[in-house]
Amino acid sequence: MNFTLHIWRQKSPTDAGRTVTYDARDISPDMSFLEMLDVVNAELIEKGQEPIAFDSDCREGICGSCCLMINGIPHGPERGVATCQTYMRVFRDGQEIYIEPWRARAFPLLRDLIVDRGAFDRIVQAGGYVSVNTGGAQDGNCLPVAKTDAERAMDAAACIGCGACVAACKNASAMLFTAAKVSHLALLPQGQPERRQRVRNMVEQMDREGFGTCTNYYECEAACPKEISVQFIAQLNREYLAGCLEGDGEK
Amino acid sequence: MKRLSRMVLSSVGSKYIMALTGLGLMIFVLAHMSGNLLIYGGRGALNAYAHGLTEHPFLLWMARGGLLTVFLIHLFFALRTWQENQSARPIPYAHEATIQASWASRHMLLTGVVILLFVIYHLLHFTFGVVDADHFKKPLLDNPKQLDVAGMVIAGFSNPIISVSYIVAQVFLGLHLWHGGSSFLQHLGLNGRGYDVAVNRVGAAVGLVVVVGNCSIPLAILMGWTPGS
Repeated sequence: MNFTLHIWRQKSPTDAGRTVTYDARDISPDMSFLEMLDVVNAELIEKGQEPIAFDSDCREGICGSCCLMINGIPHGPERGVATCQTYMRVFRDGQEIYIEPWRARAFPLLRDLIVDRGAFDRIVQAGGYVSVNTGGAQDGNCLPVAKTDAERAMDAAACIGCGACVAACKNASAMLFTAAKVSHLALLPQGQPERRQRVRNMVEQMDREGFGTCTNYYECEAACPKEISVQFIAQLNREYLAGCLEGDGEK
Repeated sequence: MKRLSRMVLSSVGSKYIMALTGLGLMIFVLAHMSGNLLIYGGRGALNAYAHGLTEHPFLLWMARGGLLTVFLIHLFFALRTWQENQSARPIPYAHEATIQASWASRHMLLTGVVILLFVIYHLLHFTFGVVDADHFKKPLLDNPKQLDVAGMVIAGFSNPIISVSYIVAQVFLGLHLWHGGSSFLQHLGLNGRGYDVAVNRVGAAVGLVVVVGNCSIPLAILMGWTPGS
């Protein structure tokens, strides 16, 4: 298969950047999107040109590193997969493909297609954890968890933090990410002691990072490679209200 | 208190404000439409209803003040959210695409602004009597204490330009409600609690009811229907 690629090239965070057109020739339909870019890069290196910088790590859909906006859709047209598991067979032979980085003020661009998603790390640092005193672990059965809660917690915890929700949102809102992180701990017994302050601190950090606000486009859940439901955003809304009204001793 | 003021100004907190004020305005729109539909009960029914509203000026002005406050809060938070969302993505995508967001959800600002302009026009027409001054609230011949609101409505909607402007505005209002009428339930955290069907359909239902109900009056008058006495 052959493709015409329009790729965002930017040397550094301060460089102006521009779209450059490349040809991808003799691509196997069974190649992943990243393998196709590897082929293009190999040719660029042979010609002595600077290869296209993009993030990738596990290439099996679990690390959340590969973050490419493909024809305006995060991770490409296929639902429920990351860029690394998007295969070239989903495109038409000869198709033009626009490849852009995530665009959000909170995700500053580092180079070409790579953005700094440290904002997500700081949101998690603000409360996306449980504090556990060390000591002998208690018996697992001492903490009863309803099956439905366990499953919903797992649905939320499936988030790999790739940022597709922010990239897809017309407001560049990080609401789905934060909702997933808040919800999966709120649904489990281990998350209860810090439940109220967690949601307050995480929402506050999310706002500080400069993400937009949620206006219920629901683009995020459609773009999410883990298909996390916007129902978790409704849960975040409930959690935050309770967190602010109850407030456990904080002023 | 500090915690609560922080909440209201936060991204999630502003959703509660938009949801609650939006709900208030939606209830007003439905109540207003129900009042309008009294015209199908004859001129007398609409005039008596209009007269009833003005019988307690204190309550009327309290209600007007409350409504205006809610409207302005909704407007203020909408503009603030819009401005924040604009600055959250300074560089747009070269290739824009939409996966599943509805037209209504993506154009809330546009439909909202049209509604704002319409509300001003509507007040100038039926409250301040600027648009159609010749037919503005004349006393009834047989009961000079009551004003002929029905006559004013019929005269106004007999003018095709006025009628069409109302109908177009109602379509924009319907689109705004299509998204907002469901969105407020999500904002208040009611999605995923067993009411999902209601959450996802109530907006479309309310939008449709308002468009059909409110458009029926100018359409009927335009097509030559006149209400009984």
